[in-house]
Amino acid sequence: MTSTTPTPSTSSDADPVGPPATVRPSGTAVVVGGNRTPFAKAGGHFAGASNLDMLTTVLDGLVARLGLAGERIGEVRAGAVLNHSKDFNLAREAVLGTTLAPTTPAVTVQRACATSIEAAWDLANKITLGQISSGIAGGADSTSDAPIVVSERLRHTLLKLNRARTIPDRLKLVGQLRPADLAPVAPNVNEPRTGLSMGEHQALTNLQWQVTREAQDAVALASHTQLARAWEDGLFDDLVTPFRGLTRDAALRADTTAEALAKLRTVFGNDHPEPTMTAGNSTPLSDGAAAVLLASPAWAAEHGLPALARVVDAEAAAVDFVHGQEGLLMGGAYAVPRLLARQGLGLDDIDLVEIHEAFAGVVVATTAAWADETFCSEELGLPALGTLDTAKLNVAGSSLAAGHPFAATGARIVATLATLLARRKAALIADGGSPDTPVRGLISVCAAGGQAVAMLLEA
Amino acid sequence: MPSPTLPAPLRGVSKQLNRTITQALGLTEAVTLRRTDPASVDTPLTAGPVLVIGQGGDADAVAHQLHDWHLDVRRNLAAPTQQRWGAVVVVLTDLEAPGEEAERVLALGATLRELARSARVVTLSRAVGDGDSPATAAARAGVSGLVRSLGKELRQGATANGIELAGEVAVTDPAALGTLRFLLSARSAFVDGQLLPVTGPGRAPQDWTRPLVGTVVVVTGAARGIGAETVRVLARDGAHVLGVDVPAAGEALAQVMNEVGGVALQLDITSPDAGERLLERVARGPFNGRLDVLVHNAGILRDKLLANMRPEQWEPVIAVNLAAQVAVTTAVAQAYPGLVQVSLASTSGIAGNRGQTNYGFSKAGVIGATQAWAAVLADGGGRANAVAPGFIETEMTASIPTMQREISRRVSSLGQGGKPVDVAEAVAFLASPQAGGINGAVLRVCGQNLVGR
Repeated sequence: MTSTTPTPSTSSDADPVGPPATVRPSGTAVVVGGNRTPFAKAGGHFAGASNLDMLTTVLDGLVARLGLAGERIGEVRAGAVLNHSKDFNLAREAVLGTTLAPTTPAVTVQRACATSIEAAWDLANKITLGQISSGIAGGADSTSDAPIVVSERLRHTLLKLNRARTIPDRLKLVGQLRPADLAPVAPNVNEPRTGLSMGEHQALTNLQWQVTREAQDAVALASHTQLARAWEDGLFDDLVTPFRGLTRDAALRADTTAEALAKLRTVFGNDHPEPTMTAGNSTPLSDGAAAVLLASPAWAAEHGLPALARVVDAEAAAVDFVHGQEGLLMGGAYAVPRLLARQGLGLDDIDLVEIHEAFAGVVVATTAAWADETFCSEELGLPALGTLDTAKLNVAGSSLAAGHPFAATGARIVATLATLLARRKAALIADGGSPDTPVRGLISVCAAGGQAVAMLLEA
Repeated sequence: MPSPTLPAPLRGVSKQLNRTITQALGLTEAVTLRRTDPASVDTPLTAGPVLVIGQGGDADAVAHQLHDWHLDVRRNLAAPTQQRWGAVVVVLTDLEAPGEEAERVLALGATLRELARSARVVTLSRAVGDGDSPATAAARAGVSGLVRSLGKELRQGATANGIELAGEVAVTDPAALGTLRFLLSARSAFVDGQLLPVTGPGRAPQDWTRPLVGTVVVVTGAARGIGAETVRVLARDGAHVLGVDVPAAGEALAQVMNEVGGVALQLDITSPDAGERLLERVARGPFNGRLDVLVHNAGILRDKLLANMRPEQWEPVIAVNLAAQVAVTTAVAQAYPGLVQVSLASTSGIAGNRGQTNYGFSKAGVIGATQAWAAVLADGGGRANAVAPGFIETEMTASIPTMQREISRRVSSLGQGGKPVDVAEAVAFLASPQAGGINGAVLRVCGQNLVGR
């Protein structure tokens, strides 16, 4: 049965005679399918939906698409970036709300904007080791339903109040509160160690790499036009399930133009001499969820489901942005060259590249770093990767046009890229190409805290 | 039927008004119809004892089979004590000349005051055949007029339907018995005044209460309304369902399909590669290449008087309701020549409806296509039939103006609108193996609406 799926060399193939009781690593994890909500704007269609609602719905959509009702999955691994304390067991609670078997174990994970790609990576490793044969990676984030926190003084006082035994003690504690203590603390995702927003950090990086407004707007324009085309082509018929009346990504502006983008006022780095960052070339605050199913080739074959692409390898990086050594979102400039070096591959060996567009500047600066001999040799001790052919880049749009619910983005990209790779492979074979020719895709997702995760897929 | 949103003091007034109009027009008082309880399907099969009227081999065989289905079968015309008749089956297969029916028909008449609520009257007769003498043809054809008139006389949710057997079909063939069973059961709650032609033997299911076990059924327009209910009934009857709807309806589709453990496919059936994509999904798990039944349910309305009709009202209705069906079946039938197809037509396609020239064209077209497919698919062991719903209470019909809606309900012999489940039951019956002897037929689910046949 496994003969129809990509079969990498595994030790068990070479050594069929072994102790039958031993579970051997299958050696391979493949992407089987995905599902996401359309991404809404903050305060928009999903304003009344919680992370748990969205994660549950997106898992159920995946179940319906792939016919997995009642199925026990090896593990569901999912999370959110903006977490309510009540969602301490988010992933498992979501599973219990779905039609998956209630015996499906789940883990709640968080790696900022790389949460669900991290989850996919973890599951791929467990599948590769033969510990599980199927897993769903996912993420949900609502910036509309963000937790609001009380001030530290109020919180401490309330905790003490709870412990106080006498009425005079309680009155004394209440008397210590000042009106200002009662003001709620609005949520933000500013970097705790620098106090700067991500946008302000990226503005610094843009200065350092001399990223122009034009280059950023070009990335944004391509994102919108390519995402719009992908929707028109029906790519998302098998990747997205509508939610709460929203049927397409709300941030998408299919008719935007370079002129329209050029007219927008700048929103970040406005204290720099020539600010370049606008609402058009920065991701909007978004609500949404995404999930992706990974499995061993044998599991996929047993369930009659496709092996879209296999997970070849992944690499994480973290940079020292706190001391200004590197830009906050430049992790991809480190993770990707290290990953390709380990695999002995260059950019020419890669057919499609997905760089998460936290800001258009991230894409421009990251690809500039890949091409920079000095950077690669001094920072990585590796030769430069060369210039990326933009025809390979984010061919079905990315976060600028789709939106970016933090924890959902990784799963969105893994599922979309695997689907694109599988289609390319099918087209290649239909054109008389060899089924042995690999079609490769590379992902780079930057994340808060100076982190990034890169992943290599192959169909 | 008083609207539940009416303020309480007005409800009594509305009820009285309804009663007055009903009596003045000789219409039927609406009662709650007996419908299938999913927790106890076909049990009990009828609302009370079953009387079989008729002498001879066919009547004996029918009585014997009903007995095998654990029904309380009587051959004695005396009314059952402390019970009312759940059903009366009149066997008329031996009619050769007018006049031979009289004794049995009058015996039937004597039972009508003793019918239970939602009782069934079913006639079993021979269809008029090519070689029939004028006398035989007259007697056989007469049965349809009897059934249709009786349907209009029955009250309290009782229905009258008939089965017309082709010459070579025996009353003991699975298709004859299966059709009888459907018409006796709560499954046929809103089927009234219909004569179903049985032209082949059919096949008995392993389990009469779950006749679709092991089959794979594709339903288009599965996200809501009649489509969603059809998915539920098919799944209740054992089918594994692939539900199809446009991507924009994906959320509701996923919910319906998860409810029944089926699979959702977001697909616009008017897209040129729709058939191909449907086959692609069927080829995968959990279906792994099996496909038994295709239910063409997807349909849209764009009502407009023809004088005001624009292309954006005509073209999509024809594309979705008719052209897409033909294109998809063409693709699917190539891969599955033994396909069983059930299409949703409409009484608007039979009798016409003001403001629905586009819809009427599409639904009459569906009936034409069904008859053509019936011949094509029969070669591969398959068949094609249509279900024509009358006034069904759905989101779609809820948008009809109040008075018009009320009239549409009241003009049926059952004095009410049907429910989506009534249509779904008819689809599931035509999809099942025991309906194997029915091909090219149009089964109306309209509570015997006044208009048309």
